Amino acid sequence: MAHATAAHDDHGHPTGWKRYVYSTNHKDIGTMYLWFAILSGIIGGILSIAMRMELQDPGIQYFHGFASMVYGTPADAALDAGKHMYNVFVTAHALLMIFFMVMPAMIGGFGNWFVPLMIGAPDMAFPRMNNISFWLLPPALGLLLISMFVEGPAGAHGVGGGWTLYPPLSTSGQPGPAMDFAILSIHIAGASSILGAINFITTIFNMRAPGMTLHKMPLFVWSVLVTVFLLLLSLPVLAGAITMLLTDRNFGTAFFVPSAGGDPILFQHLFWFFGHPEVYILILPAFGIVSQIVSTFSKKPVFGYLGMAYAMVAIGVVGFIVWAHHMYTVGMDADTQAYFVAATMIIAVPTGVKIFSWIATMWGGSIEFKPPMVWALGFIFLFVVGGVTGVVLANAGVDRALHDTYYVVAHFHYVLSLGAVFAIFAAWYFWFPKITGYMYNETVAHVHFWVTFVGVNLVFFPQHFLGLAGMPRRYIDYPEVYAGWNQVSSYGSYLAAVGVLIFLYGVITAYARKVPAADNPWGVGATTLEWTLSSPPPFHQFSTLPVIK
Amino acid sequence: MRLANTLKALPALAAVLAMTGAAQAQQAIQGYAHPWQLGLQDANGPSMEGIHWFHDGLLLPIITAITLFVLALLIYVMVKFNAKANPVPSRTTHNTLIEVVWTVVPILILVVIAIPSFRLLYLQRDIPAPDMTIKVIGNPSWNWTYEYPDLGLNEDGTAKVSFTAYLRDEARDLQTARDANVPYLLATDVPVVVPVGKIVKLIVTSDPDGIIHAWAMPALGTKIDAVPGRLNEEWFQARHEGVFYGQCSELCGKDHAYMPIELHVVSEADFAAWSEKVRTAGAEEARDYLFAMLKAKGQLVQN
Repeated sequence: MAHATAAHDDHGHPTGWKRYVYSTNHKDIGTMYLWFAILSGIIGGILSIAMRMELQDPGIQYFHGFASMVYGTPADAALDAGKHMYNVFVTAHALLMIFFMVMPAMIGGFGNWFVPLMIGAPDMAFPRMNNISFWLLPPALGLLLISMFVEGPAGAHGVGGGWTLYPPLSTSGQPGPAMDFAILSIHIAGASSILGAINFITTIFNMRAPGMTLHKMPLFVWSVLVTVFLLLLSLPVLAGAITMLLTDRNFGTAFFVPSAGGDPILFQHLFWFFGHPEVYILILPAFGIVSQIVSTFSKKPVFGYLGMAYAMVAIGVVGFIVWAHHMYTVGMDADTQAYFVAATMIIAVPTGVKIFSWIATMWGGSIEFKPPMVWALGFIFLFVVGGVTGVVLANAGVDRALHDTYYVVAHFHYVLSLGAVFAIFAAWYFWFPKITGYMYNETVAHVHFWVTFVGVNLVFFPQHFLGLAGMPRRYIDYPEVYAGWNQVSSYGSYLAAVGVLIFLYGVITAYARKVPAADNPWGVGATTLEWTLSSPPPFHQFSTLPVIK
Repeated sequence: MRLANTLKALPALAAVLAMTGAAQAQQAIQGYAHPWQLGLQDANGPSMEGIHWFHDGLLLPIITAITLFVLALLIYVMVKFNAKANPVPSRTTHNTLIEVVWTVVPILILVVIAIPSFRLLYLQRDIPAPDMTIKVIGNPSWNWTYEYPDLGLNEDGTAKVSFTAYLRDEARDLQTARDANVPYLLATDVPVVVPVGKIVKLIVTSDPDGIIHAWAMPALGTKIDAVPGRLNEEWFQARHEGVFYGQCSELCGKDHAYMPIELHVVSEADFAAWSEKVRTAGAEEARDYLFAMLKAKGQLVQN
């Protein structure tokens, strides 16, 4: 207590590495989350480019070589090792992008940075818990990466069971320790997210500035609030399911072992009870981000604010009762499938409300096509494309033809790779001046957008055709009839990779040139509290709480 | 051809259907996809015919219209309400009528989709009384075992006709597949054979100590998981003779892409002849016998 008075004046900010490792500051932690997401995104992106290279032509071109190179597999076993390695890439790409790229960027990064700022709070409710939330992620990522280099199935390395980890492929199918590493990685990443969720809920419920009622909160805060409730309610189910996998694998239990009275389908129900809310966890913050940006650059308040907020609540609630639409082919009876068809299609209604409200926000506005707005417009259109194919897939009757084909791959990449990722870039260009205090080169940001937009559409639009024509997903090789569209798709991915390089170039030059950004670079449309602060904001803000009228 | 009639009944949709390649069904139906295919594979039987009608005739037009509608709105607001064209923004944030409209209209569209959706679903999942039954077993060594209990049982109750279909050696390599005139990654050493027009019930499972696979046949509109410890049901009624190909559709390990399904739909007489042969001489001789018979009639081009 003797140091309390002295510490009160300068708060004893640690500097150097201690500033980050010991950080209890929501902005520093948010920044670390963002860099972490960029790192994971680059690794996950490299994996996807490797897969697209392999799929550019029928036959196996690269992966036996990769297996020899990485694992030193002898030539006669390299082909089989390569086939498994492809599945490892499929699995790791998904887990990296979901748990270590999109979630850390949106919730950990932008959520940490801007939820406290937008509600007029000095920091998160539990700053030390915030620290551990972030610092659990690097070890989780480490475990996942290690899993790629230890034994999975006999004689091969890594987890090749898909991010869904269905048993028995993830139990008796891959007895080596790789799967245990992956399970522990997800456990730790899940714990990180649960702690983060608790922190956000407490912060948003208890630390709003005077006058900041729930119905005055910016929509980004609403989106994070709904998202973290989904995390809090769904992740424990995943944790339970993968713990059962772990005990089935190592301690002789038989939750999912049919010959001992267990049921592999039970895992699928548990997984998707988490998995479906999870995909909304990835997209809901994007809704919030896009609402802020569309409103800012149209210089108009959000159209139908309450409808927008409660549409997200509705999407979150209904998201918990549609999980088995991922399982139409497991042999469920017709009535059960009919229920999940109906429940799933209902989600289109609140989603439609959001799309139309964004357009209505722009209607009558005075739109400026700054980089964040261009990315947000791209998001809206691409999300619609991904959304309508979701309505197609909701119908169990048609899903019979499309389940586990590239149509599904196209669908979820349109809503995630093109939807969520476009929103992340929109948020990046929106808040980068606030976060760093530097303005980026807007031309580079526009070029980044157009290269990415063309690239990802070339990657994923042809995959609709492949899926309709029946090409199954998670295939290292395919019949020759699918060669044409696969080639287009692969070329698109190379273009998208160029887009990533342009992004990195823009980031590096922005840091190098240090063009100072105004406190509010976006003008009269930017009305939320973060724009009332300096760019970058002070280490601690709102020591006198703002009053919202 | 029932699909062809359906198409004629929907002239307004003909353009969309032609675009998706479904109109191809008016020619001889194809047993697999073709290069640069845009739409669903040709339909052979009620499930896939229903999928064709529902997807190409209803869903695709609706989702295309919605996407173009949203795109048109976006372009309109970008042109009409950009900062140059409209320097002073309005402050409108509410319009109850339009909000009710954009909630109710999507609900109505979904109802229009839901009714045929349920009809198709119950068509697929209400299994009719079968003319014959085949048991399909997905094996951990990435191949399929087929049992024909209707062709006689051994004393211990197992089917007399039981064989395992592997990916054909020639089909493992692009060049050898071309040389042998067999489709790469699709041809199996012995095919599954069924009679045309008959209702065939499949009992699908996986090896009790194995992993999950999925037996999928796009032309038939069937896809059902093969799960250890479970007996799943699926049915089809092929309307056209020919060779049809499918592939495993649930990730099952390193050779997931290498466990195809080759299905021959043949006339009742040919099926009877094949049945006799497979019962007495085994699957490989029955295959040679069947292929020779079909080639003699000009019904088979592949080897």
